[in-house]
Amino acid sequence: MVKQNNTIIKIEHLSKSFAEKVVLDDINLDIRRGEFVTLLGPSGCGKTTLLRMIAGFLQPDSGVIIMEGNDISDVPPHRRPLNTVFQRYALFPHLNVYDNIAFGLKLNKVPADEIEKRVRKALKMVSMTYYEDRDVNSLSGGQQQRVAIARAIVNRPKVLLLDEPLAALDLKMRKDMQMELKEMHNTLGITFIYVTHDQEEALTLSDTVVVMSDGKIQQIGSPIDIYNEPVNSFVADFIGESNILNGRMLKDREVEFIGHTFECVDEGFGEDCAVDVVIRPEDIYIIANAENAKFTGTVKSCIFKGVHYEMFVETDKGYEMMIQDYNAFDVGSTVGMFIKPSDIHVMQKERVCNTFEGKMISDTTVEIMGSQFECLPCGAKEGDDVIVRVDFNKVELLDNKEDGIVMGEIEFILYKGNHYHLTVLTDEGEKVYVDTNDIWDKGDFVGISVSSKDLRITKRV
Amino acid sequence: MKKFFAQTYLWLLLALLYAPIIIIAVFSFTEAKVLGNWTGFSTKLYTSLFSGGVRHSLLDAIENTFTIALIAAAVSTILGSIAAIGIHNMRGRKRQAITFLNNIPMLNPDIITGISLFLLFVSLGVTQGYMTVVLAHIAFCTPYVVLSVMPRLQQMNPNIYEAALDLGATPFQTLRKVIIPEIRPGMISGFILAFTLSIDDFAVTIFTIGNQGLETLSTFIYADARKGGLTPELRPLSTIIFVTVLLLLIIINVRARRAARKQENI
Repeated sequence: MVKQNNTIIKIEHLSKSFAEKVVLDDINLDIRRGEFVTLLGPSGCGKTTLLRMIAGFLQPDSGVIIMEGNDISDVPPHRRPLNTVFQRYALFPHLNVYDNIAFGLKLNKVPADEIEKRVRKALKMVSMTYYEDRDVNSLSGGQQQRVAIARAIVNRPKVLLLDEPLAALDLKMRKDMQMELKEMHNTLGITFIYVTHDQEEALTLSDTVVVMSDGKIQQIGSPIDIYNEPVNSFVADFIGESNILNGRMLKDREVEFIGHTFECVDEGFGEDCAVDVVIRPEDIYIIANAENAKFTGTVKSCIFKGVHYEMFVETDKGYEMMIQDYNAFDVGSTVGMFIKPSDIHVMQKERVCNTFEGKMISDTTVEIMGSQFECLPCGAKEGDDVIVRVDFNKVELLDNKEDGIVMGEIEFILYKGNHYHLTVLTDEGEKVYVDTNDIWDKGDFVGISVSSKDLRITKRV
Repeated sequence: MKKFFAQTYLWLLLALLYAPIIIIAVFSFTEAKVLGNWTGFSTKLYTSLFSGGVRHSLLDAIENTFTIALIAAAVSTILGSIAAIGIHNMRGRKRQAITFLNNIPMLNPDIITGISLFLLFVSLGVTQGYMTVVLAHIAFCTPYVVLSVMPRLQQMNPNIYEAALDLGATPFQTLRKVIIPEIRPGMISGFILAFTLSIDDFAVTIFTIGNQGLETLSTFIYADARKGGLTPELRPLSTIIFVTVLLLLIIINVRARRAARKQENI
């Protein structure tokens, strides 16, 4: 169904760094004509940088942006056939509503009577008729955003870029505006590229969601795909609520996690392969009768959330699971649980242990992550290039960052049912993955240490 | 009782501050040659000031003062605004350094500025006269314009520059249609400030005016006073200048208050 010539914007190998820090890392993305694409990710993931590059406010270090077959990477912003709606509206304070909206049309020397027609139409579209003479400073945030949208669409751009346009509005207003934006997209039929950190907004609005993290695209897909089939634990954790657990694929259609074996629908992982398992909290069936259940547990907490109750249940094998159900269960009571095979989402593990490239300094010293670690003699000689592997649970984190061999900052925390999986960014910019039962906070500075017997060293060839 | 003392103190202070100018203003309405003699109310000094028959060189000095002030204020407003936009777009240490460099000439005593400009013109072999005074005034007025334009730029939503580009304006059109309207209040305040500073200046002017017979008000009055006895027409002139400056200050204040009120409404 999707034809090649239907692509309006093609982004190839786009990279950008700010002062050594990589903000965008080899981004490839095709955007179809008329599509509502959302760039979704936590702050600092590079989504706004990508949008600003499409708009032309930033130059890529490498890579190209192709629009309708033409490379527009070097085209200045005022000659690109697209318009932007900014997060902080960016209306011109010295102009009234009418002149703000007419700004682009006047520059393009559109005849005055047509300007008037188009401005009125745009105002009607954003439900702001009769506001044309108002001073923009006298408008509320929501009204200002409507004017900003009208100012952009009045120019009939081929692509409309929206940079977190609803972030500054209150919840109720945001919901209303979401619906209006969606309707506007249907009416106008132009391509929308929307940036947000709000996963619910992304799922509600988009045809396609592009999940970004760390300057890389993690997954591209329809909202349903992204929600139901996340490709990795980051996406699973970021989109909606989820239980993410370590598991083993025993064979096709059979997976083991939380100490039980489950039937599932996934195939092709091979036998006895470590995987990540994602269970959405609403996909766990919970019943009072524990006897016939697949597994049992004790309710640890139960909170009313409006439509459903959110419960934390400790299973018989000591894993904590989040469950959402319409029925409440008493705290302390024993419950039984089921999971349907189709609700078990199995994902390839991105890694099973830390892998570092290093160099032997002496028979019992190896340099990795820019620092020297003591190790056991392993046959590798001074000056040899080696690969060093360290299991996640063998990395020690220390409160006092000076006590470690390497210093780092906790960047990402994932709860895996019975332990935390942390991503620690070292001063040298390398990532160390750690399994721990200790509670750390994001942004904590830690010392990293590994005992000599836990470094598994092999020669690099 | 406490209030009475506070009031008295205030009025005493104001009287001390304004007594000299009030005395001049009062005695500008009498004909006596010597200041302090009241020979009955008369506006003759005002008419003779403007008829020009008595003191032609005084009128020349007034004209010079105002044309120099206008040129210096206009040029320094343009230069200062451009500089402010440039500084605003700098980052980190570079910006700090340039801001610091901009502040030094304002703190520097006028007499030093005057002497250094004098030495500069001499060493460059420039004949001193109208041109050198204008250049000198532009030099010391520009930093004040930068200082009054900077806050407007800082208040500006940084996205509006990009928004204008996005809507198809070239960088130059953006400057004309968006940036300048946004910083215009700062530019006007800067212009008025530069204008009053230029009219007021003596120290820099005396060193850069040369010896071709050019006079501004301040140098004229200085020379006149040294020749012995002030020309009586200086009394109405001082009064007029005082009233003019007062009016300008009121305009600046009203504008500032109006801008502040507009800010509050947002």
